[in-house]
Amino acid sequence: MEALSALVAAEEAAGGFDPEAKNIAAATNAGLAYGLAAIGPGIGIVYLVGKSVEAMARQPEAAGMVRTTMFLGIAFTEALALIGFVVFILVKFA
Amino acid sequence: MSTTAGDAFTTRFDGPAPEVAVSNDIIKRGLIVAPVLIAIAAVIWGGDGAWSSTYAIAIVLLNFALAAALIAGAARISVGLMMGATMFGYLIRLALIFLAVWLVKDAGWISLPALGSTIIVTHLGLLFWEMKYVALSLSQPGLKSDAPQLSREQTI
Repeated sequence: MEALSALVAAEEAAGGFDPEAKNIAAATNAGLAYGLAAIGPGIGIVYLVGKSVEAMARQPEAAGMVRTTMFLGIAFTEALALIGFVVFILVKFA
Repeated sequence: MSTTAGDAFTTRFDGPAPEVAVSNDIIKRGLIVAPVLIAIAAVIWGGDGAWSSTYAIAIVLLNFALAAALIAGAARISVGLMMGATMFGYLIRLALIFLAVWLVKDAGWISLPALGSTIIVTHLGLLFWEMKYVALSLSQPGLKSDAPQLSREQTI
């Protein structure tokens, strides 16, 4: 943390940050945040659907129930990605 | 619901798709609460907020409808395809939401905080609302959540 502060102080002493570099850094960080926010739900959805298919294979008569809960599970997992997306649009465009 | 057994590539689910029923329920409820959400956004962010909120609600409801249609359509073909359609459907839907927001980000009527907060509130709110009914029908399969409730006097 001290090293980071020293780096910022040195940069400001040298004439401040380049606005273009600042924009690039903001865009990179926003993209990184959205990408990372989408990875977790992606893994979650794959796991969820895999287990649901396994459950349907074991008990085909319960397939309707499993598919209903699977759909809701997917939507809940996707909410995490949507939160990441909203943070992204607020950081990048607002 | 009937299944046609085989391996993962040929097993398929015929009959009515529960995802479509759930999605239709969510859309119905979304249309009911939409005026309230739009009014709240209009109070907080003004006219731009109302338009942005309307756009966000449309995105969320279309997202639910598309997800259900993709899963239901793929399940009629094969379970393996359903898995693929769910995973790639997730990516495609995220890309479509991004595209939908990117296309209007510079429009005069857009308010990004209103758009973002409405997306999250609508998505989660409708899911929790629907979950209440799904949990009820799973625990009591014969119970119809939409049936009129009997009063205490009527049950005695």
